[in-house]
Amino acid sequence: MIAPDQGKADLDISQTAGSQRPISITASDDWRGRSIMAWKDITEALRLWPLVWTLSLLDIRLRYRGSLIGPFWLTMSTAVMVGAIGFLYSRLFHQNVASYLPFLSISIVLWTFISTITAEGSVCFTQSEGMIRAMRMPLSLHAARVVMRNILVLGHNIVVIALVFAIFRTIPSMAAFSVLPACALWVIDAMAMTLMLGTIGARFRDIPPIVGSIVQIAFYLTPVMWNPVMLSHRGLSTIFVNWNPFYALLEIMRGPLLGQPLEPRIWGVALVYSVVLIILAGIVFMRARPRIAYWV
Amino acid sequence: MANLIIDNVSVAFPLYHGESRSLKKTVFAAASGRLGEDRKHRLVVEALRNISFELHTGDRLGFVGSNGAGKTTLLRTMAGIYEPVGGNITIDGAVTALLDPGQGMNFELTGRENIRLRGLFSGFNELQIKQLQADVAAFAGLDQFLELPVRTYSSGMVVRLGFALATAIKPQILLMDEWILAGDAAFLDKARHRLETMVRGAEILVLSSHSADIIMQWCNRVIWMDGGQVKADGTPEEVLGAYLPPDQFAQAMAAASVAA
Repeated sequence: MIAPDQGKADLDISQTAGSQRPISITASDDWRGRSIMAWKDITEALRLWPLVWTLSLLDIRLRYRGSLIGPFWLTMSTAVMVGAIGFLYSRLFHQNVASYLPFLSISIVLWTFISTITAEGSVCFTQSEGMIRAMRMPLSLHAARVVMRNILVLGHNIVVIALVFAIFRTIPSMAAFSVLPACALWVIDAMAMTLMLGTIGARFRDIPPIVGSIVQIAFYLTPVMWNPVMLSHRGLSTIFVNWNPFYALLEIMRGPLLGQPLEPRIWGVALVYSVVLIILAGIVFMRARPRIAYWV
Repeated sequence: MANLIIDNVSVAFPLYHGESRSLKKTVFAAASGRLGEDRKHRLVVEALRNISFELHTGDRLGFVGSNGAGKTTLLRTMAGIYEPVGGNITIDGAVTALLDPGQGMNFELTGRENIRLRGLFSGFNELQIKQLQADVAAFAGLDQFLELPVRTYSSGMVVRLGFALATAIKPQILLMDEWILAGDAAFLDKARHRLETMVRGAEILVLSSHSADIIMQWCNRVIWMDGGQVKADGTPEEVLGAYLPPDQFAQAMAAASVAA
């Protein structure tokens, strides 16, 4: 016989804030209704911020459960990669290690963030299928979870940048403070990217591998491993540099940290591409949000 | 006060075949100019058609109907998981849906971590989460298992955890699918006791079941679903009398009077 239950269900959900509002779900074909529902979805996800935080924390803890040094494998593997590639490529490109390694460490850490955000973002809804079909929760929460998880990973990798900077005594310029607005822009862009790719990826299952290939090509086209200054004497086509959204986004972080002055033109390019991305993501999410539960 | 208003709701599932689900076919169809036609003639399954009813505090509604009649889809729609293609749903009150035993739990995480996630979803603070963990542990009788990943649980234990979790956070509207009957007899008694306490607290219960006994004992209203539409709506005696063969109906009535 199992211990008697005194019929207590004393945790009353109505005690908690915000759960008392009636929910109205209307099938709407107009953009106004759709945008209101999408906006509610996002604000609801923000309200559930502690859940997003715990989910991403558990994701990382789960990945390294049973491992000795746990999440510090993230730091370790990045450090090994930066070190190995740094010494090899500084030879190949005839670069001074002391100036190349700080450049490379920032580039690799930031690019890892971009490539995992796009890869994990395009499966953010299909991977949360169980949760989506079990209860009503804001869909953007699943996107926010992917972004938050990758910010935590980024946090582990920043240690490598700090170490390299300390070893080579690289001093960022005063413009380094512009990294703060750049970080904010990165978070917003990552969220928009995840929402957009996740929605499209839920409907078309070919999207995740396609995104993977595109990001791979972008990696070679974008000055990640190489600095445009290094190859300028070869008369390289500047279109990959000047109009490359990835380059602009990388450079608003990388430039000031490496002691270069703030470049308004690069910021302009980064902002224009970000606005386009946010508008596209908004349209895709508004349009497809009610259907995502059917697709996953 | 809890209310649940379903107004002229329709739900349709798009049918994407293996190939047409891929981008390849859509791109090819667009290239050959057939996309418009494709969209117009898109094959859909009309899972629910023009369903309307209202539930208010104290209602205990049972769904009966054959497999594929739309009972589970309707429960999912009432929970707000599937958004309808037509009509309007108003949910006034905190909803809990016991739709599948997994309950959206992460089977890699421990029982305690899953309870914590549920608490956070409901907007609980640390103290309330502690309370929730204690309550679920006591009710599900899983004390020593709570620190183990849910994937190591037996299916009965998953059901107990899911049920305890869903009912510990006192919902105003409880939507239940028939899997709850998978529990063992002792647990079923306990579950019924806990549910009855909850329903007595003047909330809404919606139950989908093939068991006439359960419906007779727990519900005061029954809707008979057929082909995605409401075929009959009334008291359990009326609807079950029409739905069940006479001998089974007599049996259910006898069982219900014994239980009462």
